[in-house]
Amino acid sequence: MREIALHLMDIAENSVAAEARNVSIEVHENLQSDLLKVIVTDDGRGMDEETAKQVLDPFYTTRTTRKVGLGIPLLKLAAEMSEGGLSLVSEAGKGAKIEAHFRHSHIDRMPLGDLASTFLALLVSHPKIHWVFDYRTTDKNGNVDNFEFDDTELKKELGEVSITEPEILKFVRGLIEEGIRASALQTTV
Amino acid sequence: MPAIKSLEELKRVREEALQKKKMKATPGNVQVIVAMGTCGIAAGARDTMKSVLSFIESNSLSGITVTQTGCIGMCEQEPIMQVVIGDQPKVVYGKVNAEVAEQIMKQHVQNGIPVKDYVLPL
Repeated sequence: MREIALHLMDIAENSVAAEARNVSIEVHENLQSDLLKVIVTDDGRGMDEETAKQVLDPFYTTRTTRKVGLGIPLLKLAAEMSEGGLSLVSEAGKGAKIEAHFRHSHIDRMPLGDLASTFLALLVSHPKIHWVFDYRTTDKNGNVDNFEFDDTELKKELGEVSITEPEILKFVRGLIEEGIRASALQTTV
Repeated sequence: MPAIKSLEELKRVREEALQKKKMKATPGNVQVIVAMGTCGIAAGARDTMKSVLSFIESNSLSGITVTQTGCIGMCEQEPIMQVVIGDQPKVVYGKVNAEVAEQIMKQHVQNGIPVKDYVLPL
């Protein structure tokens, strides 16, 4: 994976595979604390303590257990390469929460990448899931900016009209792209 | 976020979409499926999907369902994309980068001719 945004997509696909109905993705770039934090929370079937430990281990993942693994160790590795880490909190039947943090200024920190495309792809490919995206930034002086997107209103309004109708697609893409651009840090490439 | 303003805009856009959909008869149900397992995503599936969506947008194609599937066991062929038109058999494509996706959208989805060079033998 070349971008944190791609990892987020991958982790969110796990949530979908775990039959979640509600998935939230939070991204916080904080220059004051020099931290980049991403959190994916879902209400899917979750996992017991034993499994939660195993999915963090890259050697646990084999082809047959593919649906739970591989993606998480990759993200963990990316986080650890930039003096960060990953934590996974889950309980069987109660969903899962994965949090990864990176030192923002670390030379090996993976770029955040194209968050808007990740969000749009998830929205389009899983219309039955309730998505909440929150992109937040704090600059060096402590100024906070954020873009929050909850798809409840959008879905209520669309009704039977598909999100892949060209006019709707253009609208939603614009909304997400502009929202993220408006909150992005100046120094972020 | 200017939520209320956006919502008004959305209402208008939705009406537009409904009107246009009524006017255009869709040539059978068209489904485009992009594989989004870890292998697919790592190989560039998000760009593939982005290309499909932007083709729909720029060519005003109505009535196309875009969805995803997980790893289908041919990781070396990722990004994988499938096209289903009406009750015709499903066509599975491999190594579908953004450019190939655009070609498939144009030639297969729009004009009904599969892009043979990228069809995976199943």
